[in-house]
Amino acid sequence: MSPTTSEQTAEPAASGAAPVERQSVSQRLASFTGWSEWAAPIGLLVLVIVFQILNSTFLSLGNIEAMLAAAAILILLSVGQTFVVATGGIDLSIASTMTLSAVMFGVGYGADWSIFLCCLLAVVTGSLFGLLQGVIIGRGKITDFIVTLGGLSVASGLALVISDGQPVTVISRFMLRLSTDGIGIIGWPVIVALVVALIFHGVLFHTRFGTHVLAAGGSEDAARATGISIARIKTAVYTVAGIMAGLAAILLVARVGAAEPAANTQFLLNSVAAVVLGGVSLVGGRATIWSPVCGALLLTALTNGLTLLGVSQYYQPIAVGGVVVLAALLARFQK
Amino acid sequence: MTTPLTKQSTESGSRAVEPLLKVQDVSLSFGSVRALRNVDLQLMPGEITAIVGDNGAGKSTLVRCMSGIHRPSSGTIVFDGAPIDFRSPEDAREAGIETVHQNLALVEDLTVWQNLFLNRELVTKLGPVGILNRRKMKSEAERMVSTLAVNVPAVTSRVRRLSGGQRQAVSICRAAGFSSKLVIMDEPTAALGVQETARVEELIQRLRSEGHAILIISHNFAQVMRLSDQVWVMRAGRCVAGRRTAQTTGEEIVALITGAQAA
Ligand SMILES: Nc1ncnc2c1ncn2[C@@H]1O[C@H](COP(=O)(O)OP(=O)(O)OP(=O)(O)O)[C@@H](O)[C@H]1O
Ligand SMILES: [Mg+2]
Repeated sequence: MSPTTSEQTAEPAASGAAPVERQSVSQRLASFTGWSEWAAPIGLLVLVIVFQILNSTFLSLGNIEAMLAAAAILILLSVGQTFVVATGGIDLSIASTMTLSAVMFGVGYGADWSIFLCCLLAVVTGSLFGLLQGVIIGRGKITDFIVTLGGLSVASGLALVISDGQPVTVISRFMLRLSTDGIGIIGWPVIVALVVALIFHGVLFHTRFGTHVLAAGGSEDAARATGISIARIKTAVYTVAGIMAGLAAILLVARVGAAEPAANTQFLLNSVAAVVLGGVSLVGGRATIWSPVCGALLLTALTNGLTLLGVSQYYQPIAVGGVVVLAALLARFQK
Repeated sequence: MTTPLTKQSTESGSRAVEPLLKVQDVSLSFGSVRALRNVDLQLMPGEITAIVGDNGAGKSTLVRCMSGIHRPSSGTIVFDGAPIDFRSPEDAREAGIETVHQNLALVEDLTVWQNLFLNRELVTKLGPVGILNRRKMKSEAERMVSTLAVNVPAVTSRVRRLSGGQRQAVSICRAAGFSSKLVIMDEPTAALGVQETARVEELIQRLRSEGHAILIISHNFAQVMRLSDQVWVMRAGRCVAGRRTAQTTGEEIVALITGAQAA
């Protein structure tokens, strides 16, 4: 940066926005995106190449279709988790909130509500649960780890109590088409997930709220001194995570064909894993949306590829865990 | 000596000028620690006022009461003719009080322009949603920074990459923008080298000549004597003395701080 300083000051300030823009692009390449942000996309690429060499059906249309469909839920959860982690927090309850939302979908369905209302109920449930946790963390100033760990327990317990442990089979043309149709080989679930990710990319980088999320994660004191309410930001990010859990619940019900109180623990680990792979700083302040989305795709490809190669299911959590710790290590070395 | 003569004359005829800020009988305790005890002092408009005192004397605490971080447990602060009751730093900024905090209140992971406009972002309304006008903020930031005496790298660089002096310049730049009436600086040159200190002092003097009132906390007596028009001395939570800078000496100030001389 220092070599350009003299030019910078010599240049008349009024010379307009063009040089500013140009510089921001070159800077992005130089410093803004450290390579930890590129770990997920590059890792994804490498993984795809390796699996394709080992098994030529990996990149068949059918398998791509299956992978994308499987990735959609994780993409949504990762976007929610990204907002929370960007403030330096963590949402351990995100998968259980999804389960609770799915069960509430079933409750609405059982009461003969229209599918639209059932979907709404799922999202409202998720957002209210997230909001509640956010208020306790933000206003009550209680550690996120404890609150969301409690939230995990409460949400899965509630899901069991409300459903009485029984799945509710959902038979609906809309839900069937949601899970099986799409545009070409790209199914609706992944289209929904990517559109939501795009919207929240806009929220993170093109709204005041997004800037304040990153500021609160970067330095609470500095953000507070400019008048930003940390409590409000925290409340909001856990609500965002809840909304994502609610949306993911709809896709889950469509995929399974039933609203069931299953544990879904692998989604929790994988959402944190996608965020770590996406180079989001775990202490907060630095985040992107596209990179955790790539992280989610990478994890899905990893699981899918291992299955294709006939590796036992039992090895998959080990592979996921290993990849995540490796990514975290690499990110550490970058500093 | 750098003080323009006109300043001196407003001072001698200052009976007519209302103080910009009056602290009246302000106290604040943190549990058993009585950080502020019945503090009384005032700031005149268009002047540089300094607060000096030993570590833990309560200077930063007093400043935080003015910038909306703390609320006094008793007493009043009158700003611009009206008593203030700030619930948050946002309120203080609304009222026209900007603060450069002791621990450099910038977000390192954000860029210079993002910091300059933090919580003052420019948005374009698109229905109910405000979309950040990044282009406008960058070019505005470029303009704000280009007026600094300190070279600051491109406004799109992250604050993490800036030196202490450059960060201080950005903090001051932010405080001076947004048409603030009072700029408070808590030890603005504490972490700086000789050259950076000189540059920041230049900046402070320029702010005064532009009509800002400035409150500065400093442990550097030479600096206080160079810059300020008025000095207040704090000791163990009390404001023990006030002097016109032109009518006092460094020795007297030191004696007041240590308690060797009574006010
Ligand atoms: N948030 C707080 N909680 C408890 N005690 C505090 C808090 N802030 C300040 N204090 C105490 O109040 C007293 C005054 O502190 P303050 O920071 O105002 O001193 P200062 O004059 O700014 O000192 P320095 O020159 O070292 O910056 C100290 O005894 C300090 O320990
Ligand atoms: Mg202090």
